[in-house]
Amino acid sequence: MAGAKPPSPAPAPDLGAALTAASCPVPAPTAGETILMAHGGGGRLTQRLIETLFLKSFDNPALRELHDGAILEAGGMRLAFSTDSFVIHPLFFPGGDIGSLAVNGTVNDLAMCGAQPLALSAGLILEEGLPIADLERIVASMQRAASGARVSIVTGDTKVVDRGKGDGVFVNVTGVGIVPPGVVISPRRARAGDVVLVSGEIAVHGIAIMSLREGLRFETTLESDTAALNGLVADLLAAAGDAVHVLRDPTRGGVASTLNEIAGQAAVGIRLEETKLPIAEEVRGACEILGLDPLYVANEGKLLAIVAPEAADAALAALRAHPLGAKAAAIGTVVSEGPGRVTLKSRIGGTRIVDLLTGEQLPRIC
Amino acid sequence: MKFVDEYRREEDAQAFVRAIRAKVTRPWTLMEICGGQTHTLMRSGIDRMLPAEVTLVHGPGCPVCVTPLTQIDRALAIAQRPNVIFTSFGDMLRVPGSTTDLLTVKAKGGDVRMVYSPLDAVTLARQNPEKEVVFFAVGFETTAPANAMAVKHAKALGLTNFSVLASHVLVPPAMEAILSSPQNRVQGFLLAGHVCAVMGWTEYEPLGARFRIPMIVTGFEPLDLLQGIFMAVDALENGRCGVENQYVRTVSREGNAAARAVVNEVFETCDRAWRGIGVIPKSGYRLRPELAAYDATLKFEVAAITTEEPKECIAGEIMQGLKRPSACSAFGTRCTPEHPLGAPMVSSEGACAAYWLYARA
Repeated sequence: MAGAKPPSPAPAPDLGAALTAASCPVPAPTAGETILMAHGGGGRLTQRLIETLFLKSFDNPALRELHDGAILEAGGMRLAFSTDSFVIHPLFFPGGDIGSLAVNGTVNDLAMCGAQPLALSAGLILEEGLPIADLERIVASMQRAASGARVSIVTGDTKVVDRGKGDGVFVNVTGVGIVPPGVVISPRRARAGDVVLVSGEIAVHGIAIMSLREGLRFETTLESDTAALNGLVADLLAAAGDAVHVLRDPTRGGVASTLNEIAGQAAVGIRLEETKLPIAEEVRGACEILGLDPLYVANEGKLLAIVAPEAADAALAALRAHPLGAKAAAIGTVVSEGPGRVTLKSRIGGTRIVDLLTGEQLPRIC
Repeated sequence: MKFVDEYRREEDAQAFVRAIRAKVTRPWTLMEICGGQTHTLMRSGIDRMLPAEVTLVHGPGCPVCVTPLTQIDRALAIAQRPNVIFTSFGDMLRVPGSTTDLLTVKAKGGDVRMVYSPLDAVTLARQNPEKEVVFFAVGFETTAPANAMAVKHAKALGLTNFSVLASHVLVPPAMEAILSSPQNRVQGFLLAGHVCAVMGWTEYEPLGARFRIPMIVTGFEPLDLLQGIFMAVDALENGRCGVENQYVRTVSREGNAAARAVVNEVFETCDRAWRGIGVIPKSGYRLRPELAAYDATLKFEVAAITTEEPKECIAGEIMQGLKRPSACSAFGTRCTPEHPLGAPMVSSEGACAAYWLYARA
């Protein structure tokens, strides 16, 4: 085979550079800095940790995609591989608990790669003193969630830490799934003209959890929207196929942070319309009172889809035909202007930027 | 959503913009006092909808921004003490002191807690009798009644482990300082509706007459602000001065007598330093002498504080309406929400934060 040369792979785009160029000048962490809660909030500090620490240290092509899961080729198949850890408080909340949240979270990360989940692992870190009854509830809930998503928990691990060194239970779920042939989902496929869809009302999970917070308890009938989205994704892909360019579940950091990440990775602009955003009245009310922007509040059982314009109607119809997508809406478009930037046409007709948050949203003083 | 959507209708907003355009014949500079209004203006894109003749400048109405560095450093020193639960509204947690901020103190082991009401801090004091619970009482006339109630409540409960670090500031003296400055360019004010809901607007009437300037009590929704701007332009074009009320659904001339009574019972006025601006006479509240037991400044001896303001920060000029955030040489480069030089870049009512969040070029 002398002389025969394999085709050289296309050079991988320098995503780190693209992200740096798309965002503000971000200094590298300094020796004296400590981890703040905002490093886990999904905003600018989280992004900085990923860029300056994880991506730099672990650098490889699969990680560089910065998707919800990695796509690995093995035995002629494309596997999606993803992990997610849950440290939520309280452990039980209206609409779910840490167990169902962890299983659904990983199933959804796989689904956002266009994959159908194959198997999950469960890693449990238990704090000394946790009632066994609580653990039983959580494990039963994990099993129910896994059954609902038609996936099995096939391996696991348990560790116990001293009292005071955990928060009851921490749950990690890792999963593998298979990406069907022809499905290519990647944040970098977003291109000008594409339509941005959301599968339902936003900010529900974050506000439901916040309503239980110490010092803030307010009455609401809101329940977390935690749900496995692999069925919804399957229906969407069946209806719109390759026209589905990007899928993401806008969990921590909310819709705004997720769209900022996509805009940065694809080097496109995204224009939202405030009046098109599906927001439940109760969520709007809570956000108004607390001074929070629902665009930044966490979701669980919701997805964002960026779809070629010619397939947008079919995609929206497919989402709406599914019980988890009944309130799906087209909320904006991808544009070539302002690469890396998300903007919003306000309800009264003005325009503003929708940026990454620096820290977590904090309720206002007055 | 009732009482919200009515004030965000696009067609009404456009009608106000057209009315302002039709009314205005020459350049006018208006100041919105309240940082919350600044954020509404920027978040709704109103700043970009107005005719070029109308210039909005941003006032000192962000209580977090104007809290002096010595007071923030004092708060940080108290929060680092081992037996203290230090409580604050969320806004204050990220504001930089000379060397650190409250969130970093928390990350390093300090017991710093965000509360949603000063009464929650009183509850914490009841629940933790072995700890000293301190509440950082920041705010304009709007938060003063609730903070005063917290002190009254703690006294009624006989609590000896609760105190407040009072940093209240008052609007009218700050406006007087701005108007008295030879550099002043403000020709009309949008008064903060919620401050007036508590205090009424009688305090503003002498100012309006003395400086011959219109002042419009204005609410916080986009249409409130557009209507407030229209009323200010109309007053200026027709040579009217004094107070007019846009926010009729909430504010009366006399304000809320019960709220004022509780404030007067707990606080007395004092000279107060404003961050970036300097000392303004009679512009703050402190606890009355008979309530000294609840004054964290007296309760906690703090080593001499040497403050260090970043020299590059022009927050003071921005909050007096002399410069816009985008005119700052450090804006968006050496000063970002992540590494702020001054409080206006991190506070949720800060003018620099509004420009960074909603209108960065």
